Amino acid sequence: MPKSLSSGAGQQPHDHLLHRLHDLQSRFLHIPPLEIAPLATELDLPVSQVESVIDFYSFFHRSPRGRFDILFSNCTSCGGLTLMQQLCGLLGVQPGVTRADGMVSIDQTSCVGMCDQGAAVLVNGRTLVRLTAAQLPHLAQLVNTATPLDEWPADWFAVQDNIRHAGLLLNDTLSAGDGLRAAVQAGADQLLAEIRQASLRGRGGAGFPTAMKWQFCRDATAPEHYVVCNADEGEPGTFKDRVLLHSYAQQVFEGMALCAYVIKAQHGFLYLRGEYRYLVPSLEATLDAMRTANLLGENILNQPGFNFDISIVLGAGAYICGEESALLESLEQKRGVPRVRPPFPVTHGYLGQPTVVDNVETLVAAVHIAVHGGEWFRAHGTAQSAGSKVFSVSGDCTAPGIYEYPFGISVQDLLEACGGQDAQAVQIGGPSGTLIGRAEFGRKLAFEDLATGGSIMIYSAQRDLLAVVRNFTHFFAHESCGFCTPCRVGTPLLRKYLDKIASGHGTVYDREEMARLGKLVKRRSHCGLGQTAANPLLDLLAKFPQVYAERLLHQDYEPFFNLDAALTTTRELTHRDDAEAHLS
Amino acid sequence: MSNTLFIDGQEIPFAPGQTIMDASLEAGIYIPHLCHKPGLTPHGSCKLCTVEVDGRSVSACTLPAAAGMKVDNNTPALQEVRKTLVQMLFVEGNHLCPTCSKTGDCTLQALGYHFGMLDGHFPPFYPRREVDASHPDLVLDRDRCVLCELCVRASREQDGKNVFAISGRGASAHIIVNTSSGKLGDSDLTLDDAAAHICPVGAILPKNHGCEVPFGRRTFDLHSVAESDVAHVGLQKTEHHDE
Ligand SMILES: Cc1cc2nc3c(=O)[nH]c(=O)nc-3n(C[C@H](O)[C@H](O)[C@H](O)COP(=O)(O)O)c2cc1C
Ligand code: SF4
Ligand code: SF4
Ligand code: FES
Ligand code: FES
Repeated sequence: MPKSLSSGAGQQPHDHLLHRLHDLQSRFLHIPPLEIAPLATELDLPVSQVESVIDFYSFFHRSPRGRFDILFSNCTSCGGLTLMQQLCGLLGVQPGVTRADGMVSIDQTSCVGMCDQGAAVLVNGRTLVRLTAAQLPHLAQLVNTATPLDEWPADWFAVQDNIRHAGLLLNDTLSAGDGLRAAVQAGADQLLAEIRQASLRGRGGAGFPTAMKWQFCRDATAPEHYVVCNADEGEPGTFKDRVLLHSYAQQVFEGMALCAYVIKAQHGFLYLRGEYRYLVPSLEATLDAMRTANLLGENILNQPGFNFDISIVLGAGAYICGEESALLESLEQKRGVPRVRPPFPVTHGYLGQPTVVDNVETLVAAVHIAVHGGEWFRAHGTAQSAGSKVFSVSGDCTAPGIYEYPFGISVQDLLEACGGQDAQAVQIGGPSGTLIGRAEFGRKLAFEDLATGGSIMIYSAQRDLLAVVRNFTHFFAHESCGFCTPCRVGTPLLRKYLDKIASGHGTVYDREEMARLGKLVKRRSHCGLGQTAANPLLDLLAKFPQVYAERLLHQDYEPFFNLDAALTTTRELTHRDDAEAHLS
Repeated sequence: MSNTLFIDGQEIPFAPGQTIMDASLEAGIYIPHLCHKPGLTPHGSCKLCTVEVDGRSVSACTLPAAAGMKVDNNTPALQEVRKTLVQMLFVEGNHLCPTCSKTGDCTLQALGYHFGMLDGHFPPFYPRREVDASHPDLVLDRDRCVLCELCVRASREQDGKNVFAISGRGASAHIIVNTSSGKLGDSDLTLDDAAAHICPVGAILPKNHGCEVPFGRRTFDLHSVAESDVAHVGLQKTEHHDE
């Protein structure tokens, strides 16, 4: 863990359970059982809480990983599972099994947010991008010679911004403190009025009016108020927050300070997904510079009593922690399980205190509104979706990357801008969003039509859409928190149905049962994850029914039990994989 | 406006702060539930209490009642949903009812009867789960755990201890014991704790009590789970509550 995480002005990150576990994981390559009880005692937590957190987050392990732990993204945009198999071959390992000499382990992980520059992998938590098959022998040699990561070719780790089209926010050059200076001059009431005037809506996907959220929180009386920036960005295909955090971090933090000014918060947290750990040093440097410039800390800009500071908390591989109440649980050093609502975070958030949780981009927009006013912002976009949207565009197009356009741009126009005109389908808003085919490319990207947190994944005619949807369905089953029955049991069942259909063993009955179950999971789950997990397979059914029909068996019934698959263990034990060892 | 709401058209009163479940249980109306027990903080995880308010799906055990609220509860569509959820709970664990000493006193099984469930319907998961027999008086058989967290809450809220917790994520979520060994025998759980008796299924069972009440004469052999006056079913009572 970078030492810098222990800063943060009197707040707890140094002792945060997640940080201590990251630390143990990197020192011992797993969480040694004997470390658990002492850690619990030291942090004054029940031992069961430490145990349950270890088993909840993907990046903590019970048995040692290799000295080089290599995780391949399995996203449809930045994934490289073929490369993973090749590297496994070169290094003589099985996915998920640490090599006998302890040198290397290779596995897959959910989207790492490098969809514009895949294939992407994490090596000991560090992000390596644009990996190609040609590099693999070199990489294998570096592993076998135990070459420290700092001596690996630096350009392998060079994450690019890839801003292809800048608009309202990304083009606007502001100096550090512009937003805060404008705000303290106008006062908190006026700032809130401008945000309301701007009709700013949350950029994290749900589109809740930001001014209303800040107002509710400000109106809630309590000893403390908190601002949390949601930088969990786990939706496959989304990477715009990564770019904002890399090149516009000052504005992200300033947006948090603006919110703090309005709701009278003294502490803020940036909850950063573990996959973006490489950004921590630069983010900490930005925080330090802001403290020096009196844009954070005590009496900010000489306003008596305007005290606010920010600390960074690093997640550990759990998509659900992007859901705001699960995020708060995670901040509170627990499993990321979404809370029952009401009450909502604006009144009962972090440690039960009123809390605003806002997306990275929402906070950046707030800074520009503070400087230029609400009218300026509202002059862009559509009536119901004011301003611009930063899109993360990836998949089958000539120029994947960041595109900022006013809300209301059509899918077709965006496809033309990025060289994705040959698409047969586009997934809007990531797996939890909407799958559309060519007939719908005239639709608009806006809250009132196709709402999106920013993920645009493009699929050309060469893609097998069933494979895409199967990938998404596996993703949700892997990321379900396990709290409620419909999602905990339903998502693995949906995965079973899709696997069966994709392998050519599904019948019409299976497809119908899958759809029935999908609707139940969608309608009855506790949180947004379960409520959207069936979207891909239901959308595919509604819009591309032939994709299923082509794979179905023409018989009434086929059992789930697969005799050939059942022989897998026997084949492994007997070291046989020849034709005779398989049925049919 | 008076403090009443409507369950399937029937007007019932509620006190401020009550949930839909609180109000309907008090009025003698059955809304199916598994992870809920009056007196413990509502949890909202099993989703068997799913009802619809203005067409929106909500959990009756957690949603505060509001004046004039119109709640759909006993509709064929919702009963079908609940039956499916019970089937899902069955296939998720390893429930071999004929060999389980909770059989007949098991709320999950009783819900199955109630919804006319005839099979598990979905492909079974056959998970591998650990049995913990380290405690002198109690056994923890995770094969049957439905993750309702009743034991977790009873231990914290009623016993003033903290014996249980849920660990892991998704389909690998499982119940754990709050000791460094993870063993129940090392915990301060005692036979007279509420947590020792609250399990609605056969996952936490007292030892040395097998078949004192014969099959066929157990609680749900004689009663429906929907009867509001069925006392809480603790297992292997020497005296059956009917006798
Ligand atoms: C499963 C799930 C994952 C989510 N992930 C994120 C995320 O990574 N980033 C984010 O800003 N919002 C995410 N959200 C939405 C948040 O719950 C919340 O609405 C958002 O942070 C509010 O900020 P905003 O009003 O600025 O959009 C997620 C929601 C769900 C249900
Ligand atoms: S819907 Fe899924 S992720 Fe959300 S609470 Fe339920 S189990 Fe957890
Ligand atoms: S052991 Fe019993 S009471 Fe505890 S969570 Fe499992 S099913 Fe519920
Ligand atoms: S009884 Fe309401 S969710 Fe379980
Ligand atoms: S009969 Fe229900 S768990 Fe044993």
